[in-house]
Amino acid sequence: MATDIISWIAVGLILATSFVTLAHRDWRVILGALAAQYIATFWLTTRHLPFVMGSAKLITGWMVVAALGMTRLGLPTDEDNAEDDFIRHGRGFRIILIGIIALVAAGSMARIEAGTPGLGLPVIAGSLLLIGAGMMQLGLTSDVLRVTLGLLMLLAGFEILYAAVESSILVNGLLAVTNLGLGIAGSYLLAAGSSVFESGDES
Amino acid sequence: MSAPIIWVLIPFATGVLILFLLGERISPLIAGAVAASLAVVALILPIDTAMLLGTISVKIAPSIQFFGRTFALNTADRPLLAIIYGLAALWFFGTQASGTAHRFVSLGLMIVSLLTASIAVEPFLFAALLLNMAAMLVIPLLVPLYQRPGRGIIRFLIYQTLAMPFILFSGWMLAGVEASPGNIGSTAQAGVMLGLGFAFLLAVFPLYSWIPMLTEEASPYATGFLLWALPMFTAVFALGFLDRYAWLRESPQFSNAIRFAGALMAASGGIFASQQKHIGRIMGYASIVETGLVVLALGLASTEVVNIVFLLLVPRGLELAVWSLALSIIKRKAYSLQFSEIQGMARSHPAAAAGIILAHLSMAGFPLLAGFPPRTALWQELAGQSLATSFWAFLGLIGLLIAAFRTLAVFVMAEENKAWELNESWTQRVMLGLGALGLFVLGIFPQALQPFIASLPALFSRLSQ
Repeated sequence: MATDIISWIAVGLILATSFVTLAHRDWRVILGALAAQYIATFWLTTRHLPFVMGSAKLITGWMVVAALGMTRLGLPTDEDNAEDDFIRHGRGFRIILIGIIALVAAGSMARIEAGTPGLGLPVIAGSLLLIGAGMMQLGLTSDVLRVTLGLLMLLAGFEILYAAVESSILVNGLLAVTNLGLGIAGSYLLAAGSSVFESGDES
Repeated sequence: MSAPIIWVLIPFATGVLILFLLGERISPLIAGAVAASLAVVALILPIDTAMLLGTISVKIAPSIQFFGRTFALNTADRPLLAIIYGLAALWFFGTQASGTAHRFVSLGLMIVSLLTASIAVEPFLFAALLLNMAAMLVIPLLVPLYQRPGRGIIRFLIYQTLAMPFILFSGWMLAGVEASPGNIGSTAQAGVMLGLGFAFLLAVFPLYSWIPMLTEEASPYATGFLLWALPMFTAVFALGFLDRYAWLRESPQFSNAIRFAGALMAASGGIFASQQKHIGRIMGYASIVETGLVVLALGLASTEVVNIVFLLLVPRGLELAVWSLALSIIKRKAYSLQFSEIQGMARSHPAAAAGIILAHLSMAGFPLLAGFPPRTALWQELAGQSLATSFWAFLGLIGLLIAAFRTLAVFVMAEENKAWELNESWTQRVMLGLGALGLFVLGIFPQALQPFIASLPALFSRLSQ
């Protein structure tokens, strides 16, 4: 019973942090929300995976957040001014989007649970929320940080569901490497072309 | 020593060492030599058979355990390994001539080794993860640190990452379909998931928008390498799916859907290519047409599927290598690959211009060039199954041919008094000359590929029955 309550709290945390990542302007807050999201992801994956494997996912997620944060910290502050306007004007739209995602997740989780018994409603709800929010993030912007964030959220949602059907160490290891690779690729793309690196001598 | 260590771990470690230890001049030679040696070793050394070297008995073990899963490369994989590393050697030797940054060879070796691991991993489904990791390693190749990333690279990253969850989930669902084949609902769901996964991986219409964007904004040589490597291994992965799941290869609806996707890719790619005014984008669309033909071949209800797929994939590596090398040479002089910038360049860079035109004509299926025999083989099978599909594929090739003639016209559109010059370096001339020779040899003597291709159907035994 207690674990169920915690699982639903994790789902609530995912919903709140998804909204923050979609609607907030400050990259520090967004990355903080992502880090908090990984705690919820950790809890939901450990419903089907051993604690150690879930912890590995949590640590990998935080490493990705750290990599993105450190890269963004080294960039000039005017990097995402263009994004700011869009975020400022589209906040209501984003609240509606998150509402739609939550409704879709609530509507479909019972059906998925019936098709694949044993997954658990909170696991399905958390997974669908993350996948939906990730897809929204990808659809709304071409900003590198937000695209990376969207992909990481989408992968986290997928990993929660996939943990229920595949517990192989190799697959979970490769998924962790994929997350890390995505974080590093995102950091690289963030750094590429910024004024700090413009004097590079690449050919 | 086991086969995965030789063909996966050694090239990966070499790539890492080259990245950190070797300089710009020597790294292409070392990487090319390593890749060529691995191709030769794949050709001459048997796997899982004891050999006597003097008094010492040596045996290459076929598999290795890693985190509870197996990576295996068997004797049947040897021709495929020879093709992969042979073509990779060609790309690495051409690096210096193309003027690409030295990290191309180190990252290239790592990418090829990861993609080889995707062939070796068991269950083969996990290859989707390795393909995704290889796609991430491509990013530093395509975007130099001084260049702001364009829309093409962002879309590439998104689509390649989206493919992996779809394929992993479809694999899990396919296991359920095998257990209860009569359940139409779950069969359709698994088919849709799998189709979406491969649509993202192979950049099926309309998900190929990133390809022309990338060929416009990134280094032509690195993009050409990407357009060779990823579709080739994805096609091998797709063959694995068709071989493994009987209902996939026996379902006429699934075959029709694959053929439809392939025809749409070939036709739309060719038509768009004929409208372009940027020779980089034209190469992108040509690779889309070529991938469309591979998808068409995958959808054939025939025992010749494996032969035709590999007959298409091997010349593709050579065509893209020649084309992107020539584009790199032109880009260094013209800065932009727009028609307006390259007008008349056949007089100043005849070798590069000839390389582009020959590779382009070969991809359009022009007789006597490498692309002609595989297209003939494909049409022979395709025409027996669907004349309409053959027509759409033909339309795509006509589009490519129009683009080739437009490019040729722009290249020779020079002032009358302009003298002919040969501004390419010796290395560039030799590499382009060898590539052009290869295009003619594969076109006139396609049986030269026979020793490599003949035993490949053994890799996908159920598909070839």
